[in-house]
Amino acid sequence: MSEELPKVLKAAGLDLLSCMQCGTCTGSCPSGRHTGLNTRRILRDARKNRVEILSDDALWLCTTCYTCQERCPRNIPITDALLELRRLAVKEGFMLPEHRKISEMVMECGHAVPLDEETKQKREELGLDPIPETVQKYPEALQEIRNLLKACKFDELTAEK
Amino acid sequence: MEKLSLFLGCIVPNRYPGIEKATKLCLQKLDIDISDLPGASCCPAPGVFKSFDKATWLALASRNIVLSEKRGRDLLTVCNGCYGSLADANLELKKDPELKACTNSCLKEIGMEFKGTAEVRHIIEFLYKEIGPKKLKEYITTQLDLKVALHYGCHLIKPSRDRNLGETEAPVFFDELVEATGSKSVDYTDKMMCCGAGGGVRSGHATESLEMLEHKLACIRQAGVDCIVNACPFCHLQFDRGQIAVNEKFGTDYSIPVLHYSQLLGLALGFSPYELGIEQNAVQNIEFLAKIYELSAGLR
Repeated sequence: MSEELPKVLKAAGLDLLSCMQCGTCTGSCPSGRHTGLNTRRILRDARKNRVEILSDDALWLCTTCYTCQERCPRNIPITDALLELRRLAVKEGFMLPEHRKISEMVMECGHAVPLDEETKQKREELGLDPIPETVQKYPEALQEIRNLLKACKFDELTAEK
Repeated sequence: MEKLSLFLGCIVPNRYPGIEKATKLCLQKLDIDISDLPGASCCPAPGVFKSFDKATWLALASRNIVLSEKRGRDLLTVCNGCYGSLADANLELKKDPELKACTNSCLKEIGMEFKGTAEVRHIIEFLYKEIGPKKLKEYITTQLDLKVALHYGCHLIKPSRDRNLGETEAPVFFDELVEATGSKSVDYTDKMMCCGAGGGVRSGHATESLEMLEHKLACIRQAGVDCIVNACPFCHLQFDRGQIAVNEKFGTDYSIPVLHYSQLLGLALGFSPYELGIEQNAVQNIEFLAKIYELSAGLR
């Protein structure tokens, strides 16, 4: 990280300085009940520029349910901040293998969850066309997706580093 | 009424086609002008793409929106995840000219331009605002009399800053749509809690995701309902296929049927469980199937 975390977050419109560490976020978190995700601590660490949080797996335990953000007494867009931290983490090369696979799937077929034989059959049983009216049916549309991802350098971003 | 194009996303056409069929049947019955959106892709999934790179997320989302702009139609989604991605991207691009210019420079590579002329709608808020529970009742031919555990899902109502669907701790608009079918929306502990699938957690951290789901299922079972109703195929997949995984992992014996609202409404509009793909779920609860077949045949 060449730049400091609080500055990057602030540039994205996310000022964590008003956080008073009350813990409403952690107390409201459906994931934190079952996992090691402690939202309050992430906010504190981000504010203190502890860049090691970018490699912390806890960032990826958030279901982005927005409950913390809705309940924050200081109106800090906490979920938005967490998503920003994830994007910084990805830039630094941190990405779960399962998530890399989903990215590759979209590059390959335009869907995060592609059609399978079982569903084709289910579609036919319902009287639907076995191939849905999506990018899967139109090769030129799939090419558009691939070109678009390339224009965004998404392949480089998600390549194993 | 606005013209709509049906945005399918990934899980509906590729895992739960019954939701696609049910949605088409219901909208047709309600005289809503809806057409397919050929060539649409993944929304893209907010949990992963929005977590990876904003430019890519906006580029893919805006391409889907442009497909509908070109047809002069608003987009209708039946998925909270797709709604989260498409509505948020649409809003950001409309209010930030710099972001719009940046996204359009990507779209130029494929000969497209985002103009900002289409709206993104979710079937639940659409039905509530454009038809309303009272008028919806006039279409109902089969009073369902089911006890329902309703799951709103997160991105239908949150972030409230952008959704304008009222408060998020105890909303009622979706319950009213459920009750319009003659069903009873039963209150239960942690009703507004997340299903545990979103944000890339189901794919990245399967065990933790199932632990959250198990908590939710335990609360629902305690409420003694006939079925779970949702408005999101990803929540649907988590509740349905996830339920089987929870049983395997934790030695439980959950068998709670799961319906998307389109399927519940479809039953009330007189379509059969078979036409609505309800039997294609992973959870096979024979007692429930018998009940809805009887309801559907007018035997109850």
